[in-house]
Amino acid sequence: MNLLRSKQWSPYLVGTCLGILTWFTFGVAKKALGVSTNFSQVVKVAETAVAPEHAKSVTYFTDYKVPTAFGWEAGIFVGLIIGGLVASWLSGDTSGTKLPELWTQRFGTSRAKSSALAFIAGIILIYGARLAGGCTSGHGISGSLQLAVSSWAFFFSLFASGLATAFLVFRKTTLTTTTSQK
Amino acid sequence: MFESLSIISLGLLSGFVFGFLLQKGGVTKYEVIVKQFLLQDFTVLKTMLTAIVVGGFGVYFLEGQGLAKLSIKPAILVANIGGGLIFGVGMVLLGLCPGTAVAALGERNGRAFFGTLGMLTGAWIQAETYGPISGCAKWVDLGSLTLSQVLKVSPMVVLTGLAVISVSLFLTIEFFERRKQASV
Repeated sequence: MNLLRSKQWSPYLVGTCLGILTWFTFGVAKKALGVSTNFSQVVKVAETAVAPEHAKSVTYFTDYKVPTAFGWEAGIFVGLIIGGLVASWLSGDTSGTKLPELWTQRFGTSRAKSSALAFIAGIILIYGARLAGGCTSGHGISGSLQLAVSSWAFFFSLFASGLATAFLVFRKTTLTTTTSQK
Repeated sequence: MFESLSIISLGLLSGFVFGFLLQKGGVTKYEVIVKQFLLQDFTVLKTMLTAIVVGGFGVYFLEGQGLAKLSIKPAILVANIGGGLIFGVGMVLLGLCPGTAVAALGERNGRAFFGTLGMLTGAWIQAETYGPISGCAKWVDLGSLTLSQVLKVSPMVVLTGLAVISVSLFLTIEFFERRKQASV
């Protein structure tokens, strides 16, 4: 089918399908779609195995009700990888393996620099998500559609800080695009 | 250490569809995410708002029929807003969010790989450093609160309002995108 081989779908189509997916997760699995809890869970399981006494003293695990056994979240994690793999394979999309052009324009072509910054960004990203109690999936989609105040507060603050960060980081790069357009 | 096979399979299936859609939607791409925050590409906003409106009507309908149970995360505003502000910085620097980063692993995306390693490390740092800040992180705790409770109207009314706002926003964005394309 052409659609399955196509590289990019309309955002409205993808959004509609994602919405229908949430009917399934809430209606059939009786769960909300989320990703970031899984990271805390891996940490909790690892700490419980290595230092059980210490793990018990970590108040975050109890305060945020991090589950002990791998289940729903772990399934999503593995499913996400396979889904991304199949989707990109069907369309022959290999752009993910290259450094993004916008990145190299701003930060140069060093792979080491890109990897190091990606690692640090990952730390910041999940720190924020776990403090807020969810990420763009758990809060951004699942929470917002339930009209949760927590999720809309998260959504607006992430956009505000994302805008500020992007304009700060790319202020020179943006300037060149604007001038070339004139 | 593991829950029932049925819930793992449901997670696997949902995750698969989720990852597939994110990849097809283009949101596993650094440029698409970063350009959203530079206001040059509105894929992220279009996708998310459509998902929220479509999902919201369906989920509240199912809930009304007794077929779905909501799970509203508590509104602890200092943690929600503080976390969101930190998250936005990470999202622009990585050019991915947690879900799209994991889906991008399937694209053999190197940045997503190091980002995921960072996220595992970050989850550990976050859990270990939460203790001292847990006091402030619980400030302004309003409990499980929804916009329809705040506005004292039915969820369907809020969702209809949200749908109107989203469609107006989409039409505006499409208008400017078309004009920009025509000028090139």
